[in-house]
Amino acid sequence: MTVLRDDLAIIQQWVKPDSQILDLGCGEGSLLSYLKRHKNVRGYGLEINPEKITACIANGVNVIEQDLDKGLSNFKDNSIDTVIMTQALQAVQRPDLLLDEMLRIGDEAIVTFPNFGYWRTRFYLLLKGRMPMSETLPYNWYDTPNIHMCTFRDFEMLCREKGIRILNKTVVDDQHKEHWTIRLWPSMLGEIAVYHITRK
Amino acid sequence: MPDVIPDDSVGLVTPQLQHFDQPLTLRSGRVLPQYDLMYETYGSLNSDQSNAVLICHALSGDHHAAGYHSMDDKKPGWWDTAIGPGKAIDTNRFFVVALNNLGGCSGSTGPTSINPESGEVYGPEFPILAVRDWVNSQARLADVLGIQQWAAVVGGSLGGMQVLRWSIQFPERVRHAVVIASAPKLSAQNIAFNEVARQAIAKDPDFHDGWYHKFDTIPKSGLMQARMLGHLTYLSDDAMRQKFGRDLKKGKLSYSFAPEFEVESYLHYQGEKFSTRFDANTYMLMTKALDYFDPAADFDNDLVTCLSRSQCDYLVVSFTTDWRFSPERSEEIVNALVHADKNVSYACIESDNGHDAFLLPIPRYMDIFKAYMQRVAASIPLDNAAEVTA
Repeated sequence: MTVLRDDLAIIQQWVKPDSQILDLGCGEGSLLSYLKRHKNVRGYGLEINPEKITACIANGVNVIEQDLDKGLSNFKDNSIDTVIMTQALQAVQRPDLLLDEMLRIGDEAIVTFPNFGYWRTRFYLLLKGRMPMSETLPYNWYDTPNIHMCTFRDFEMLCREKGIRILNKTVVDDQHKEHWTIRLWPSMLGEIAVYHITRK
Repeated sequence: MPDVIPDDSVGLVTPQLQHFDQPLTLRSGRVLPQYDLMYETYGSLNSDQSNAVLICHALSGDHHAAGYHSMDDKKPGWWDTAIGPGKAIDTNRFFVVALNNLGGCSGSTGPTSINPESGEVYGPEFPILAVRDWVNSQARLADVLGIQQWAAVVGGSLGGMQVLRWSIQFPERVRHAVVIASAPKLSAQNIAFNEVARQAIAKDPDFHDGWYHKFDTIPKSGLMQARMLGHLTYLSDDAMRQKFGRDLKKGKLSYSFAPEFEVESYLHYQGEKFSTRFDANTYMLMTKALDYFDPAADFDNDLVTCLSRSQCDYLVVSFTTDWRFSPERSEEIVNALVHADKNVSYACIESDNGHDAFLLPIPRYMDIFKAYMQRVAASIPLDNAAEVTA
């Protein structure tokens, strides 16, 4: 789940300079550290992995040990400009409730997640009859932290039901790179989705 | 006793006494006309005085935070696990100041000192202090040492309360605040524990309303009880189960009221040791300062407004099994700091050791502490870094 530079490049286009950021599942703090340097943002990362928390502190990033599954009630309504969550939506217990929380706290949110409708995933299931595994999804069905896989269409349906507006979306391959072929048929050819959403 | 001083120790250290003539007006309204502070320093102060770290001690701590006073010492200072060359508070980079707080019984002016106005020992007439009084006196010590701004102020438990107070009392004098196993104020349960401890002392017939020195005695049994109660609230159920279980001292029951279980003799030992080294009036004072601490009270009970005054960055640390200063209390501080838009990092360390954990070299705790202090050190200009002390 390392955040790669292309991923960052896409996200940073949507982050306003000098804004306040909350990064859910911030890992070693590379995104926040990047945004701090390039966009002069302020903000906090939430993380539960001990080694990653230490790494954040070493990276000079504000990190708070907090389990996303226990809620975000300690953050006030509209207290953050942009709430970001990279590659963690599928790993939380209730992605739908967490999305609500993200847009309660933040004016906008940026979410990235793996596409379960990616053509390789579809063919894996179709041909092998087994739960798909890949470099992006390297786990067995029984030990995977990715407990709520969805496709781009699933995600967009959920947004529609919740009245969430999609401001921008980009689809990338497993190297987090955009490619013209992906733009032709994103729900099939895109491996990772990057959505920029709001309730306003 | 150390046969040789370990490489990561600050080595042999000598406490120093600083006298202050300028009267100190206390929160209670009373005035200390003059006073002494006993302190120790480790490492060297750099040329622009930007590498100083203040250590604030907890209830029973003192100025001897690291190193040894002599080769005959059985143990090093109380926070030797965290202070020394290459340790979390790296004395190769920092100039560390640790003092005995006012009202203490380890050399600073307190109930066992002579009251200059009466020419007699203060005893129970020593003014009751608040955390802010300690911070004011610490600021005067900083002035004497030529320290305009601390690179960091660090403390656990009651020490963490002093750190919080520093950050709002002298915002421009603190760059980093490290608040460990602390709370923004005590809960009713916590105050209750302190009151039971105080009553144990006060009701000891040898206490004589605090004038025990006149009777050439000490309220030993009261102090023992107070310490035993304190000690068991600093441990967790798990830690006690692991350490003692139901082990018996003599392997079998003796059907008497003498200590039989290992846990009983441990508490007796701790109480006994404490009662001979610690002053009862100081214990009463220190627990009162804990009870009174509530910085938000001056700001309509709004901790966010209170902490908004600060200008420093914070590290807050708690421990999973600490029920005397639970993680939830530390999280109150963290949430208020987030709402006040301050830089803060927070970690809740897995540990079986209850409140005592903050004094132990738990690897994850030390890693985080060290990573943060390296960040503090990185903000000090390199050419001004302290020389390695011999």
